[in-house]
Formats: sequence, structure tokens, C-alpha cells
Amino acid sequence: MSILDLFARSPFRPMQEHMHVVLDCVHEVRPLFEALCAGDPREVARRHQRIDELEGTADKLKNDLRAHLPKRLLLPVDRRDLLEVLDLQDSIADVAQDISGLLVQREMPVPKSMERGLLELVAAVERACEQGGAVIDTLDELVEIGFRGREAEHVERMIDELGSLEGKTDALGAELVQELFRLEESLPPVTVVFWYELIQWIGDLADGAEKVGNRIRLLIAR
Amino acid sequence: MEAEPALWLALGLGLFMAWGIGANDVANAMGTSVGSRALRVGQAILVAAVFEFLGASLFGGNVTQTIRKGILDIEIASANPTTMVWGMLASLAGAGTWLALASRFGWPVSTTHSIVGAIVGFGAVALGADAVEWGKLAPIVTSWVVSPALSGTLAFFVFILIQRTILDHEAPAAQLRRYGPLYVLAVVVVIGLLTLFRGLKSVDFELSVAASLLLVGLLGVAVAGVAAYFIRRVPLDPSADRAFHFATVERMFAVLQIASACAVAFAHGSNDVANAIGPLAAILSILGTGALEAQAPVPAWILALGGVGIVVGLSTLGYRVMATVGERITELTPSRGYAAEFATAVTIVLASRFGIPVSTTHTLVGAVLGVGLARGIGALDYRVVGRIVASWVVTIPAGAVLSIFFYYFFKGLLTSIGGS
Repeated sequence: MSILDLFARSPFRPMQEHMHVVLDCVHEVRPLFEALCAGDPREVARRHQRIDELEGTADKLKNDLRAHLPKRLLLPVDRRDLLEVLDLQDSIADVAQDISGLLVQREMPVPKSMERGLLELVAAVERACEQGGAVIDTLDELVEIGFRGREAEHVERMIDELGSLEGKTDALGAELVQELFRLEESLPPVTVVFWYELIQWIGDLADGAEKVGNRIRLLIAR
Repeated sequence: MEAEPALWLALGLGLFMAWGIGANDVANAMGTSVGSRALRVGQAILVAAVFEFLGASLFGGNVTQTIRKGILDIEIASANPTTMVWGMLASLAGAGTWLALASRFGWPVSTTHSIVGAIVGFGAVALGADAVEWGKLAPIVTSWVVSPALSGTLAFFVFILIQRTILDHEAPAAQLRRYGPLYVLAVVVVIGLLTLFRGLKSVDFELSVAASLLLVGLLGVAVAGVAAYFIRRVPLDPSADRAFHFATVERMFAVLQIASACAVAFAHGSNDVANAIGPLAAILSILGTGALEAQAPVPAWILALGGVGIVVGLSTLGYRVMATVGERITELTPSRGYAAEFATAVTIVLASRFGIPVSTTHTLVGAVLGVGLARGIGALDYRVVGRIVASWVVTIPAGAVLSIFFYYFFKGLLTSIGGS
């Protein structure tokens, strides 16, 4: 046994790896909706399968990381905050899986007038999630500087930016819902309900990213 | 009493103990440098060999005196020279056996604690509880708590200083080019002054205050100059820095960590050589003059012998131990390694100066925890700290019991040889 046994596996790189897989999941969402708009159910199914696999990988990484975070560790951040961030990251992948699952299980043709708004929303959501990933990517730098100083302020600004990106997705989501309600008369009622739900879920992706950012803010400010 | 067999036994056991210290302890002292990739295994062995030897032979006298005559009452000990010889032999054998057992099972025990426990053990049994200088033992035992705490506090503040002056900066690499040499200068000056102001008694080397300052200053500036050259030679690597902003900075820190690693090796040599050579010195002075003289300094050649023993240990078995350490991936980066090693070296050299035997491993663990508490390390395992504290507690009685056993063994053996 040597002094180096004192050094446990740091959770920060694995946190980043997990977030990268979550982002891979999110990056499947836009092609998924493009395939849906193009009326290509086989491509939709293919994307769903991919998301399913990635979500499984993320779950595995999450459980592995949890198992390596026993209470006996001295961490530079609060252990509970860290686990909270991990759960929030993971919930983004879960939502992506719910979205693609619904699109496979139920036929959801996209009303022509909603196509543009839908793809705009998905793109904005993707952007917000990427910003969330960029925040997580600074974790190793935050450890290096001991969670304070310039780098910490820089990360806080990134989180502010993430907040405004999430705000944009809210606005785009609201527009899309309005468009949906304009079409309400011409669509089957159940379809309207599902579309409403689906738009919320898409927004939840960006919501998750924003929550990740806000937790990181708490982590820094300990 | 026949002097010859006891003398050879003492030399053999003393060397064996020094070899063990070199083989096992050094991996802990140098492990942080190898673990952070600041030094390759071969380089670490070389650095350790040179500085362990220097520390042991130039500055090992103070702690050796404590082990030789500070733990047991000198009057009672001198009145029973034969018992002292058997007992000191038993201490070496007992502590050595315990260390061998511990290494076999991978327990993180301290050489220092086992030898002190061994001497107290045989002393209390063979000479009576009154023979043990409990009053002098108190500060030693206290220091076993104070030394990790002190090095932890130091490491905490060294790390904060590194944060403030280098890491938390727009261009940390440029900042390190400017201030890095000062961090190396600090190592040389602090360790140098702590060493010289006590006077290198064992080698009859006494300098005036002015001469000490001048010598340390010149040496420091020279070493800092060399460091400045090597820091500048580290190429800026923009692609590595994009992935991790501090990649180049950490590579530069590796230069600073070489200085702190040298300091740790020096400190370790200066403190731990006594664990092997202290009992040997006691035996030699009794066999030479028939008594345990209070005033006689430790002969330089015994310290050098201890230094050689350590170097042989680290270059034979230590190499293998270190290679295992080198293969491990740790979250320890050179900036943390520097902070922890600097604090450890200062704490141990301070202890050596006052003749207090402390555990290098424990002091280093304290320093690493200090950096961890400054939020500088990804994850540290408290369980390992717990195991180290537990073996801390067990080692003292274990050393005592084994040395009592060996005392009766040697008493029987040497009486039968000497009496025939």
C-alpha cells in the first residue's frame, strides 16, 4: 500500500464523459425530427434505436460513477450536489428517449405549418444543451483552480449565457404551441394533446441543461 | 562480554534496516513525484539516491542522537551496558521484522513508530519502566500528531499561494515563467537555512550566520536559474491547452516539483536514517567505551553507512516498488505535488533539526489532505487515512512486543556465545 492509494478516482472526468454521451443523445433529436418531417418512418426508427442505445450507455456510466462516489471521499464539492448534477444530466437523455419513443410508437405526422417552427425549436434546444455540455467541460479546469477565481467567474458567465439560450427555447416553444392551437380545429383532439405534450418534452431538454448549469453554480459557490 | 559477534550483528541488522527503509519508505517519499509524472522511475531513483544520502550523512545526526540516547534514561542505560547492547539489537530486529511483515501484507506502517515502540518496549521490560524517559517521549508522540497537521496547514497555504499567483491568472503559463523560479528558490532557501542554522554538527561544519545566508542565497539563485531555463524550455502546446487549459502550466510545474522532490528525499534521509543507525550508534559507543556517552557526536561514517544502506535498498527493491507506483494513474498533478512535497520537506527538516523522529509517510498524507481541503484534488479516500491511523496505533505495541521477544532471544544467544 502506498501513499497514492489516498487518491481515489476523481469523479469529474467521468462526469464529463457522461455528459458527452448525453449530448450524443441530444444530437440525434434533430435528425429524428427531420426524418419525421420528411415522412421517413424507417429513419425515425433508426434514430430512436440509436438514442435508446446511447441512453443505456449513459445509464451505465451514471451507475458506475455513483458506485465510485462513496461517502468516505473528500471531494472539492458537495457530494450531493455532484450526484444531483449527474441525475440532471441523465434526465436529459431520458427525455430524449421519451421523445423518440413516442414518435416510434404513435404516428405523428407533422402539420406543414409547424415544420419550420418545430425544427427551429429543436435547433435552439440543441444549442442550449451544447452550452450545458460546455459548462460541464470546464469541470476539470475548475478542479485545477480549486473552484474559485477568474475561471469560476468565466464559468458563471457561461451559465448566464445558458440561461438566455434556454429562454429562447421557451419563446420558440410558446410560438409553436400557439401554431398548434391555431390548427386545433383541423387535427384529431388526441393528436393535439400529444403534440402539446411533445413540445413540452422538447423544451424539457433545454430545461434540463439549464438546471445542470444552475447546480454547477451552487457547486462553485460552496 | 565479547564485543565481536554483537558488533557484527548490529552492523548487519542496522544495514538491513536501512535497506528496508530504502526499499519501502522511499516509494512513499518519491511516489508523489512519480505519480504526477514529474519524474520517471529511473530519475526518481537517482534523485532519491543523491539526496537521501546527503540528508542522512550531513543532517541525520540530530535524530540519530535522539534514538541513540534520548528515549531511555542515560544513567540507567549506561549502568547496564550489556542489556543495552542486547536491547538495541532486539529493537533493530523487532522493528525490522514488523516492517517486513507489514510490507508483506501491505499495511502502511511507519519505520519511525516501530523503532521508537521497540526501544520503549525492551527498555521498560529489561531496565524497568523508570528507565524510559516518558517526559522526552511525550513531545515525540505529540509530534506524530503535530507533523501531519503542520504539513497539512503548510500545504493548504502553499496551494492557495499557487492559486493566487499563478493559476488564477489570464495567462498562467507566462505567470509561471515569471514566478516559477522563485518557488524553486523558496525550496532551496527554506530547507538550506533550516539545515545550516543548526550547524552540520556531524561533519564539523559550522558557518557564521552571514556565511550561511550567503551560501544558501547563492545556491538558491543558481538552482532557480537552472529551473528558469528548464521552465522556459517547456513548449507552449495550444492544442493540449484547448482540451485542458492548464496542460502546459502543469508541465512547467513538473520542473518545480523536481526541486520539492529533492527536498523530500533530503528530509527523509535526514530523519529516517536514524531509525536504522540510532540503535547501531548506541551499540557502537557502548562497545567502544563501555558506556553510552551523553556528549559524543554520532560518527560521520555511521551516518554515511546508513545513507549507503538506504541507497542500496532503493536501487534494489525500491525500483520495483516505484515502478508499480509509476504505472498507476492518479489525479495528482505536479502543482499539487509541489505544494504537498514542499510542506512535507519543511515539516520533516524542522523535526530533524530538533532531533524529533517523525514519520515521512504520515507527514506527506497530512500535506495531501491539506491540498484536498483547499479544494485542489478530485477525490481523496478517507478510508486510507483511517487505515494509516490504525496502523499508527498498532505499530507501537507491535514493535514493543517483538523487541521484547528478540531481547530475550539475543540475551540467550549472546550469553551462550560470550560465556563459553
